[in-house]
Order: sequence, then C-alpha cells, then structure tokens
Amino acid sequence: MSRLKPYTAVVSARYRNLLQYRAAAFAGFVTQLFWGSIRLMILAAFYAAAEGPQPMNMVEVVAYVWLGQALLGMLPWNTDADFKEQVTSGAVAYDLLRPLDLYGYWYARTLAFRTATTTLRAVPMVVFAMLLLPAFGLAEWALPVPSVTGLIGFLAAITAAALLSTAITVLAHISMLWTLSGEGVDRILPSFVTILSGMIVPLPLFPDWMQPFLSWQPFRGLCDVPYRIYSGNIPIAEAANEIAFTLAWTLAIVWFGRFLLSRGVRRLVVQGG
Amino acid sequence: MSQIEVQNLAKVFRVAERRAGLAGAFRGLVDRRMRDVHALAGVDFDIERGELVGYIGPNGAGKSTTIKILAGILTPTGGTCTVDGLTPWRDRRRHAARIGVVFGQRTQLWWDLPVIESFELLQRVYRVPEALFATNRDRMVELLRLGPLLDTPVRQLSLGQRMRADLAAALLHGPKLLFLDEPTIGLDAAAKLAMRDFVRTLNREEGVTVVLTTHDMDDIEALCERIMVIGQGRILIDGGIDELRRRVGNERVLIVDFEEGGSLEVLARELDGAGLRDVRVTGKRARIAFDAGAIAPAALIARVTSRFGVHDLFVEHPPIEHTVADLYAEHGEGDA
Repeated sequence: MSRLKPYTAVVSARYRNLLQYRAAAFAGFVTQLFWGSIRLMILAAFYAAAEGPQPMNMVEVVAYVWLGQALLGMLPWNTDADFKEQVTSGAVAYDLLRPLDLYGYWYARTLAFRTATTTLRAVPMVVFAMLLLPAFGLAEWALPVPSVTGLIGFLAAITAAALLSTAITVLAHISMLWTLSGEGVDRILPSFVTILSGMIVPLPLFPDWMQPFLSWQPFRGLCDVPYRIYSGNIPIAEAANEIAFTLAWTLAIVWFGRFLLSRGVRRLVVQGG
Repeated sequence: MSQIEVQNLAKVFRVAERRAGLAGAFRGLVDRRMRDVHALAGVDFDIERGELVGYIGPNGAGKSTTIKILAGILTPTGGTCTVDGLTPWRDRRRHAARIGVVFGQRTQLWWDLPVIESFELLQRVYRVPEALFATNRDRMVELLRLGPLLDTPVRQLSLGQRMRADLAAALLHGPKLLFLDEPTIGLDAAAKLAMRDFVRTLNREEGVTVVLTTHDMDDIEALCERIMVIGQGRILIDGGIDELRRRVGNERVLIVDFEEGGSLEVLARELDGAGLRDVRVTGKRARIAFDAGAIAPAALIARVTSRFGVHDLFVEHPPIEHTVADLYAEHGEGDA
C-alpha cells in the first residue's frame, strides 16, 4: 500500500481543499432540486399516459431521478478549472518535477475533483429526498429506502462509477495537451454524457432498438447501473456482472489515457520552453 | 565522475511563423511556414559536487532551457547529459526524487493549502521518512524563519515569504543538488540578502551543489565562484569572476577624494590621458576609469598622489553588469 501513499495523499489534500466551497454546493443543491422536480413531473405524466407494462415501475423511476440529482457532479461532464489554468499557463510541465507517475498523479487529483463537490451536494439531497419529502406527506415522490443488498450493491457500483468517471475526466484533461483549451471538450462532454448515462431519461425507457447499443457503451456504468441496483431493478444476482462491466470499461479508458499521455508528454515538453 | 556532465547539448524548437496581413493568414491555414529556433546549439560543461555555479545570459539565451533539461522536464534534441549518472528526461522519476528545483517565477506549493500542509503533502509525494522529514523541516523553518508562516495559505504570503517557503519545499527531501531559476526576481533588498545567506549556508555547510540562474549580478558577485555565461545557445565564458572581467578588458576604477576641490581640466592635463577611459569629477571626488593593462594601478596612484593632495583613495572593479553587457554586445545579443 505504501507505493500508493503519494497518490492517496494527493487525493486527500485536494479533497479537503475542495470541501471549502459551501456556497457553490448550496447553489448546486437548489438547482438540482428544481431539475429533479421537473424530471419527476415529466416522467410521472408519461407514466400516467402510458399503456401496458413499463421496464421500470414508478418507485424505481423516482429512485433513479433523485440519485441522479444527488450525484450529478460525479458525472464526467466538465473539466477541472485549476487544471485548465495550468495547461494554458504552461505550469503543467512542472508536474513532471514530482517523482510521481504523471498519469497516477493526475488521476489522484481528478478523483478528488470528481468526488469532493459531489459529497457536499449529495448529502443534503439525500436528506431532503429520503427524509424530508415523506415528512411533508409526499412519500410517493420520496427516495425509497433501499434493501440491505440493494444498498451494498449500490455502494460497490457507485465506487466503480467514480473510478470510471475519473478515468473519463482524466482523458478530457489529457486532450487539452493538444487543444490547449478546455472549451471544446467542456461543451461536447455534457451532451452525450448526460444522455448516454441515463441522466436525462433512464436508459430502460429508451426504444427497444437502441437497447443493444445502450447496454454496451461505457457511460451506462455512471448512472444506470448503480441506480438500478439501488432500487432492485437490476437484481442483486446480476450486480457483480454489471459492476465488472463498469470496471472493465474503466481499465480500458485508463489504458487509453496512459497511451495518449505518453504521446502528449512529448508535446507538453515542447511547449514547455 | 562529475556530478553533472553535459556534452554537446542541443535544443531546437519548431515554431510556426505567421505571415503578415489577411491574405497571409489565409495562406497560413494551408501552408504553415515553420522556423527552427536553436535555443541551445551545442552546450558543454561539467559541474562537480559542492560547486556553486552562476549561470547567466540575456533573455532568450537558453538559460531556462538548460535548467529545464537538467531538471528532466524538457527533452533535448541532441547531445547527452547525466546528473549523478542518470539521464534526467529518461530516468525522470528517480532523478526528480534526488534534486530540488525552485523557479522564481512560479510557486510549486499548493496555492490554497497552508504552508505546513504543503510540506506534509510533499513528504508523502517524495516518500520522506518521518524522522528525516522532521529534521529537515525544523532546520528549514529555523534557517528561513518560517515559523510564523506555517499556518498561512500560500496565496496570502508576500513574494519574499513565498520564495522562502518555496526554497524550504524544494529541500525537504534533502536533495544534494539544487537548481535555482531566478530565485531573487522581484524580491526586496532584505529578502535578497536573506536568500543569498541561505544559499551560501546550504552550499558551504551542507555541501549542496547549486546551479543558479539570475539577472541580478549582485547575486553572482555575492555567491558564485564559477560563472557560466550563455549567449545564442552557446557557452561564451566558463570560469571565475576574474576571468569574466579579463575577457572584456581589464577595466578598473580609481576613486579619489582630494583635499581641495579639483577641476576636470587640471586633472586630465596632469594625467595626460595614458590608459584613461573616463574621468568624472563631482566636488572633491574624482572617478577615474582606466585600463589596468595600459597603466598599472600602482603607477596611476603614484602619479595622482604626487601631484594632488589626496585625502583618500581606492580602486574598484566596475560593476559586473557593465562587464556582462559588454560581453553581450560583443556577441551581438541582448536587448540593451
């Protein structure tokens, strides 16, 4: 474990640092509350008008929506402003002064970036959706309490999702070595990440002909897998397979990121003069 | 084996050139014109353990490029370089663990963290054992007077404080080789002096090899026994301060305080101009610049004291800025 120590130290320092942004977290909470309510109302309207059985029941949909709102920040939908600044100023070359594996160092920093702000927003959202809504008499719109197996499966799946999300974000960071600006990737990422992960519409509600494609693409591991394990829509017996699917994609993206970085470092170094 | 061995080191940057005007801009879209910039055109030097070397040169001469290659963050286009037997850009991680680097222009501390937390993070990043870390940290805190600053976030430090913290940060893992790239830039007089004292102590007492780039010639005069001057990507001079001065002429300045206020005409007539370069008189003080090769300082002093009542006199070297500016001019470099 001591080989990992430098990297865990980086994660922990950056994580603690990012926990300072309480006002931004509160604003995020309010926004996500608003969007969560809208999404619930739209889906409820569809369900009211729908004929025949649906691939998810309404309780599962409510869980899917609230978990999505709570964990929105963990999606790889943006890049770290600090990192962007480092790339444009050229300071990024100085990361090479550390006796660290550069990919590992960036992964550690990005993991903290992906999870720290999410922690701040997720806790009040869960408190609100799981505890306060029933207290207001809106129990049917509340985040349901999971079964024990559902919770355990969910925790494993959401950890895998964090690793996957970080790998994708690091890839976006590495792309800046070529573009020198995060503008492009910051605009492209949200549109397909939010759709393909299930954040806009739960993936099972997409047309049948799209399902083969949707079930194999990596973004599914970010929302669809953990949220459906939570509600039991994916039975616990299948959870291990689904989590393995997420981790396999994570490894593939890490490998690709390392490959790209080894090429990018040569460019980085040229710019460093 | 020397600690640092550099042979025929070359670095060529390819930069895209822009053509003038709108038509030029459109042509540039399909037909990019590239130009090679030779930042280093074959640099050779060796540095022994325990040396304190000043590395100077005008802006754009290749100083920083050299330092970046030695530090392992830049790959050269040609030549070889080993530091303690390692090639910096190939053995980057092992090399990085053994050296300390301070870039005066930017901090390597974490901007939002208190100084002490930055130090603790560095301890883990460099895998410094607890006992060694405590010793190094306490010594740095004492030498650099960091005690009151430890709990302050880096962004709230003044430039002088930040530089001290940066120096400490570069030395926590106990490197035996330190690269300082313009460490005194922007510092006030007191902070500069403190910085120089510290670097001297580090070099003399701990035997740390120091390679220092600077534009401040006082740094060089105060610290360095050896100077390397780079211009247009080549080493122009490698030697002591004396050698530097010899290369650009043997100028000395005789400063004389007369008992009676003298006049320029009388002085110039009496000294009949042999070997003199520039004579200025203000009140009772004369400043006589002369060529020590053409007239021996002792002879000039004898001549002055035999003809005038002299209250006090001394001979000094011209400021090294002039020496270096002359050298740059000789090689057609520099902005001045």
